[in-house]
Amino acid sequence: MIKTFMFGLILGVAGSASLVYFVQAVDLHRESSLISVRSNGGNSETFYINLPADRIFAGSRSDDKSSSFPSGIQWPKDDALNGAASELFKLRNSDDIVVGIAARVSNPRDSSGAFIQWVLHLPARGSMFLRMQLKPSEGGLRNGLLMAGTREFEVLNGGVSEFFNSDVADSEYEVTGRLELVTSLVGPLGDEK
Amino acid sequence: MKYVISLLVGLTCGVAMFAAVFYLNPFVGQARLSPLAVSDAEMSGLSYSAVVTDSIMFTNDGESISRPYPNKIAELWEPAIKDTHVLVTSLTDSRGMPAGIGIKMSSPSEKSRLFKSEILVNSVWHLYLPERGTLAVYQTESYWAYLRDIVVPAWRSSSDSWRGSWSRIMTVGPGSLGLARVTGLGGEFDGLQSEAVESLNARAYSVLQGPVSMTGLLNIAISDESALLEEFVSAE
Repeated sequence: MIKTFMFGLILGVAGSASLVYFVQAVDLHRESSLISVRSNGGNSETFYINLPADRIFAGSRSDDKSSSFPSGIQWPKDDALNGAASELFKLRNSDDIVVGIAARVSNPRDSSGAFIQWVLHLPARGSMFLRMQLKPSEGGLRNGLLMAGTREFEVLNGGVSEFFNSDVADSEYEVTGRLELVTSLVGPLGDEK
Repeated sequence: MKYVISLLVGLTCGVAMFAAVFYLNPFVGQARLSPLAVSDAEMSGLSYSAVVTDSIMFTNDGESISRPYPNKIAELWEPAIKDTHVLVTSLTDSRGMPAGIGIKMSSPSEKSRLFKSEILVNSVWHLYLPERGTLAVYQTESYWAYLRDIVVPAWRSSSDSWRGSWSRIMTVGPGSLGLARVTGLGGEFDGLQSEAVESLNARAYSVLQGPVSMTGLLNIAISDESALLEEFVSAE
């Protein structure tokens, strides 16, 4: 009986250890990456934000209460934040499926330099930090650069373009427009081994 | 029959023994002192409250202990982002003065390994410091010590809460010294490549509300000297 107990004891320890060792603690949901390959070997990917449905949060130092979303947001009253605005959105792939979170931060009046920046966070893939041009082109296209990336995007370089498309308004789904972000990224030279 | 009972008792004891060693493993811990403490680099300390109701905005899937704030904020229920937490918070400098706005996005890391007591979270910060510039901080954090020392004791407590004094460095990578990476995005930080660490100081936690008294501290090296230090250590 003692031998059976010892066998059970060892089996219990070994079984628990195996379970903890082999079971994956985190298994993130993945959507297929919808990437098109460019002639220079880089890739292009399009992300969408349906407005206003995908807006999570908007905050700015303005007396206009409609500039904050949702109601109840207490944006700091600090004078140094004059002109600053932050927005958070759900980010969709070109199949219209939510794949991440996007943050847009801007301040056209900051004394250290006006800026518009995006952070795209794709939980299963990584994050991108993008710095945009201040003035869009005549067609409304605003270009930007990938300043830093994590994981999948860490070694990539390239740019992004931002465009507000008002032609996709859909009253049934309460969509009044769509922000389009198109990334064009390429890996470092000599990465093929 | 007695052999079956003996086997089951043995199995139960084996599982319990493993659980005890696994939970109480004294060889697993997190640093209280940052590698940046020995760096000559100029440091910038930014604090924030880790209490959800002190933030400007916090959201997650709506089913976690910490509830989205304010109440009307959209929840992240879609499958690809349901494990993601987003915090928008005010930052203060080392003198307690307003320093800027920080946006933190965190998602569990698939590199988490329970066997190694690694509960890892990938997180990124966008830091906007008015009249100075913007910074990107990206890091891997370990929450094992936080769960073991605060969350589990709170669950076991009859008052469903934990009180004490707890302080740990949360950052464990991706830098080789367990440091977070920093990239300057604009202003006086433009072009900066540096390191940072994030730590948590906890005093109270509730099973019902999450953190009750807890502050986070981001220590950022704002010169490139720490990068040189890391290169030196790597070369060694």
